[in-house]
Amino acid sequence: MQTLTKAALIVLALSTAACTRPDRFGAGNSVDLNAAGGAGGIGMSGLGDVNDPTSPAYFQQNVGDRVLFAVDQSTLSAEGRAVLDGQAQWLMTNNDYLAVIEGHADEQGTREYNLALGARRANAVYEYLISKGISASRIRTISYGKERPLATCASESCYSQNRRAVTVISIGQLG
Amino acid sequence: MFKKFMALLLVVFLGAPVVAEPLRLTITDGVIEPLPYAIPTFQAEIAGSEDMAANITRVIAEDLSGTGLFRQIPSSAFISQHIFDTTPAYPDWRAINTQALITGAVAVQGGQVVVKFRLYDVFTGAEMGEGQQLVAGVDGWRRLAHKVADQVYSRITGESGYFDSRVIYVAESGPKDNRRKVISIMDYDGQNTQSLTQGNSLVLAPRFSPTGDRVLYTSYESGSPRIYMLNVSSAVAQPITTAPGNMAFSPRFSRDGQRVIYSLETGGNTDIWMTDIATGQHSRLTNAPSIETGPSLSPDGSQIVFESDRSGTQQLYVMPVSGGEPRRISFGEGRYGTPVWSPRGDLVAFTKQNAGRFHIGVMRTDGSEERLLSSASGGFLDEGPTWAPNGRVIMFFREALGAGGGPSLYSVDISGRNLRQVPSNGFASDPSWGPLLR
Repeated sequence: MQTLTKAALIVLALSTAACTRPDRFGAGNSVDLNAAGGAGGIGMSGLGDVNDPTSPAYFQQNVGDRVLFAVDQSTLSAEGRAVLDGQAQWLMTNNDYLAVIEGHADEQGTREYNLALGARRANAVYEYLISKGISASRIRTISYGKERPLATCASESCYSQNRRAVTVISIGQLG
Repeated sequence: MFKKFMALLLVVFLGAPVVAEPLRLTITDGVIEPLPYAIPTFQAEIAGSEDMAANITRVIAEDLSGTGLFRQIPSSAFISQHIFDTTPAYPDWRAINTQALITGAVAVQGGQVVVKFRLYDVFTGAEMGEGQQLVAGVDGWRRLAHKVADQVYSRITGESGYFDSRVIYVAESGPKDNRRKVISIMDYDGQNTQSLTQGNSLVLAPRFSPTGDRVLYTSYESGSPRIYMLNVSSAVAQPITTAPGNMAFSPRFSRDGQRVIYSLETGGNTDIWMTDIATGQHSRLTNAPSIETGPSLSPDGSQIVFESDRSGTQQLYVMPVSGGEPRRISFGEGRYGTPVWSPRGDLVAFTKQNAGRFHIGVMRTDGSEERLLSSASGGFLDEGPTWAPNGRVIMFFREALGAGGGPSLYSVDISGRNLRQVPSNGFASDPSWGPLLR
C-alpha cells in the first residue's frame, strides 16, 4: 500500500519536472550507440543508412561522435578538434538535429569530482561547437562522471576510452 | 514503506551503588588488548522466549566483539551458571579472567520483547551502573540488543556508543556499464536492509539529515542530475529547487537540517552553493573557475571543508560558511577528495589517491597529523568515508575494479585497526552513517 503511494508520488514528481522543464531533447528517437551510456540506453530507431550522409549512423561512424581526454584533463586534443570540426560541419548541414553532449570520466577518481570533471569535458566540446557557429539553442551538456563506463576492464586500455565526451544527436523541433 | 519502530521504553530499576575505580577501557590510538567479557545466554523469563533470548545475547556479543575492543569468553570456559538478579560468583568469573560480566533476562509476551540487563565489574566485585529494562515490539528486537550493547560500551569506555544507528547507502546491481542503483537503508551492522527508491533512475551519494529523518541525494530522474530530499519513514522523495544551473549534485544538510549545501555546475564550472529549503533563498559560497565540490560542515555549522582543484589537483580547503577566503589544509603527496568533518569536530576524513593507490585517511582540521586508515591497490579503490555517530569508527566503500567487480562496505577504527567488511546482499556504495537512534 505504502509502496504504491510512493510510486504514485514519484510518477507525480517526474511529470511535474517534465512540465516545468520542457525538454525538447527528450524526444523518443534519440540515438545513442554509447553502449548504454545515455539515459535512454541504446537507441534502436532512426539510425538511417550509414551511406546516407544525413543519417545519424553516418554521423557516428563517418564523422565521429566522441572525443577522448587525458587523465584528469578537459583540454581538447588536435585530433579531438578535428572530430569536432566534422561534427560542427555536419550539424550545420543537418539543421533539424539537436545534440546532447555527454561528459564521462574513468573510474580512477572520486564520484562527485568525476561528475564535475565530466561536466568540464562536455563543456569543452560545447564551447568548441559554439565557436564553430552552432547555435547554443541546439546543444546541451550532461555529465555521467564515472557512472557509465563504455569499456569495463581495469586498465588504461579501457580507461582511455571512458574519458570521453559523446555527442548524441536527435531530431527535435527547432524554435 | 519503512516501518516505524515502536518507541522504546527505558525503565531504570533497582539502583546499585557504584564502587570507586570502576572498570574503564580508555580508547586510545595505541595497541589495545581487547577487554575480556562474559555474556551468559540471557535467561528466558517466560517459556517460549528462549530463541529471542539467544538471539539478543548473540547480537549484543557481535556488537561488542565487532569493535575489536572487547573479546568474548566462550561459554565452554564458564565455571558457574549465573541466575539473573543474583550476586555473581565473582571468584568463578575472575578465575577465567572475565573483566566484565553482562547478564540479562528476556520475556516475549503480547507482541513485545522485554529485556533486562545488569553489568558487573568482576575484579572490583561491583555492579557497573544500574540494571535496566528495555521494551520494544518484536520487530524491534535487534534495536533492543543494540541498545544494551551501547549501554555496555558506554559504561566501560565512557564514550557514547554507535550500535543503535542506521546507514543510508546505494545498493548496486547489474552490469558495470549499466548499473542499477537504489537508495537503501540498513542497520549499522548490515541487517534490516530496505530500498527507498525504485531503481529506474541513476542515484548517487545519499546523505542523512542530522536527525536521521530525511536524506538528500542526487538523481537523474529528470534527465539531468538534480537534488532530491527523501523522507525516510514514508520513502517519499521531492526535488529541491536549487539555484539555476546546468547540474546540481553533492548535497549535504546544514546542521539545523534547514538548508542544503551542494555543488552547482554552470558552463562546465562547478561551485558550492547553499539553499534554504523552506524559503528557496540561495547563496553562493565559492566563486572560482576551478571545481569546488564535496562540502562537509563542521559540527558547530560555522565552517565547511570541501575539495577543489584550484591548485591544479584535488585538495582540501576550509572556509567559513559566512564567506571568506578558503584555506588549503591538505599538503601531502597525491590528490585528496570527499572530506567529511568528524562529529567531534577534531578530524577530517578523506579519500586520498597517490601513486596508483586509494586510501581512506584522517587529518586534523588544520591538515596536521595525517594518518591513512586503509590502502587499496591492485584493482581496488577505496572511497567515501562516513563517521560513526561517536566519531570512533569510519565506514567507506571498497570497489573491486574491472568488468565483474563492484563495491562493498567496510568499517575501520580511526586508529586504523579492525578493518571489517559490512555484510550486504549485493554491491553497496556511498554509505552515510546516521545519528544514534533514541
